[in-house]
Amino acid sequence: MIVENDGIADTLELRRESTLARGEVMGEICHHLAPFQVGEKPVAGDTVIAKDLTIDSLAIMDMVMELEDRFDVSIPMNVVAEIHTVDQLADTILKLHARR
Amino acid sequence: MGLFDRHAGLLEAYRDVRTTGYDPFQIRMERVLSPTEAIINGRKTLLVGTNNYFGLTFDPSCMEAAIEAIRAEGTGTTGSRIANGSYSEHMALEQEIAEFYGKKHCMVFTTGYQANLGIISTLAGEGDQLLIDADSHASIYDACKMTQAEVVRFKHNDPSSLEARLRRLGDRPGNRVVVLEGIYSMLGDTAPLREFVDVCKKYNAYVLIDEAHSLGALGETGRGLCESTGVIDDCHFIVGTFSKTLGAIGGYCVSDDPDFDILRVTVRSYMFTASLPPSIVASVRQALKVVKAKPELRKQLWDNVATLYDGLAAQGFKLGPEHGPVVGVHLPDRMVAIGFWRAMLDAGIYVNVAVPPATPNGVSLLRCSVCAVHTPEQLNHMVEVMTGIGRQLGVIDDRTRRVIGGAR
Repeated sequence: MIVENDGIADTLELRRESTLARGEVMGEICHHLAPFQVGEKPVAGDTVIAKDLTIDSLAIMDMVMELEDRFDVSIPMNVVAEIHTVDQLADTILKLHARR
Repeated sequence: MGLFDRHAGLLEAYRDVRTTGYDPFQIRMERVLSPTEAIINGRKTLLVGTNNYFGLTFDPSCMEAAIEAIRAEGTGTTGSRIANGSYSEHMALEQEIAEFYGKKHCMVFTTGYQANLGIISTLAGEGDQLLIDADSHASIYDACKMTQAEVVRFKHNDPSSLEARLRRLGDRPGNRVVVLEGIYSMLGDTAPLREFVDVCKKYNAYVLIDEAHSLGALGETGRGLCESTGVIDDCHFIVGTFSKTLGAIGGYCVSDDPDFDILRVTVRSYMFTASLPPSIVASVRQALKVVKAKPELRKQLWDNVATLYDGLAAQGFKLGPEHGPVVGVHLPDRMVAIGFWRAMLDAGIYVNVAVPPATPNGVSLLRCSVCAVHTPEQLNHMVEVMTGIGRQLGVIDDRTRRVIGGAR
């Protein structure tokens, strides 16, 4: 832990924040979607959320709220409506996060 | 893909529901006898699911006012408020509602649904941000589909969740409009309105509150949650309905905004539908007088709420979080809910059944709404009937009664 130089600590913090890893976002999304998996096919980037899984539209919106708070971004409902795959959802979160 | 294929999932769920024998979504009220009784399936049935909180549908003074209005002005206006459908009585009703809230302006709509739909979708436009509670009524969600504004949901009744979303907007341009409800219609819980208002003030957001289920029920003079929490002046827009406590149909929105009346020529659900018929306007005006003149109805309502809520709680039923004119009874799943509902109807008691996808968090509920003119005997009888069915279906434990009874 760097305690004697707040400036460096801030810089490190900033860098960590700004380089949100795609893997971290994917991991979080997959964690939320795993309970809705059909059969043995795991949730992947090209999984179509509303079609390939047993999740309903209300649960999708609730998951989005959880993801919003986890990554401190807001995803407007009209943007959510355009998202179909797990990849698209991850890209949206990364884009919004980078824009903060 | 066929036209109806997209509804396949819903159709399947609906088929399940109908296997119980009755279709809860196509119940026929063969004859309505009073605010609390009707003939259903040939049997006299106690009504505990009608949103008729003050029982004013059969108030003699309201009925007389409606009959007189029909004789004087006919059965309908056959036109929109912006054409031939604004009568003196519509204007008088708007003035009376504005005065009731101590606000300058009021617009009356043909339904409460149309009030929310039109006001919310028009208030927030392109470049604005609309922030809605996750458990909002369908009319609010539908408004969100129509608006050009950006829409973000926050967690139900969670001011910190709203705050996080307002904070994230930072210094982005645009008006922020926050939409709340006084009492939520499924579980009967109230919004922490004071806390919400504080957050909205901090971020300079407008507050719109829908008092559909709280008009009459909450506040010293029945104006709703905005009154009982002392924040009427901080609520920029108050929406409500005539179809619950006031016993008719219609909706309204009041505001102090000096430019409010421009909405009369911009809100499409106000402009492009026929106005309320004279009989409805007359009965609503009279019902508002009754609400003001008979505060004892509010006390009766809350006494009845206590009888039903506490009675069910004592038997071990899992209920909504607080006393309210809507008492939501949690059941484990859709089929138990439908079975329970059917058993109650067979025993002569009508309540609403609410199942996913119409409910928050996928819960299955029996939704009871209490009326000021229910008798304690009617409600005690209902608790008894529900206890019997609850035990039979294994929803409540046989022992609960003894344990709680012993503790009392």
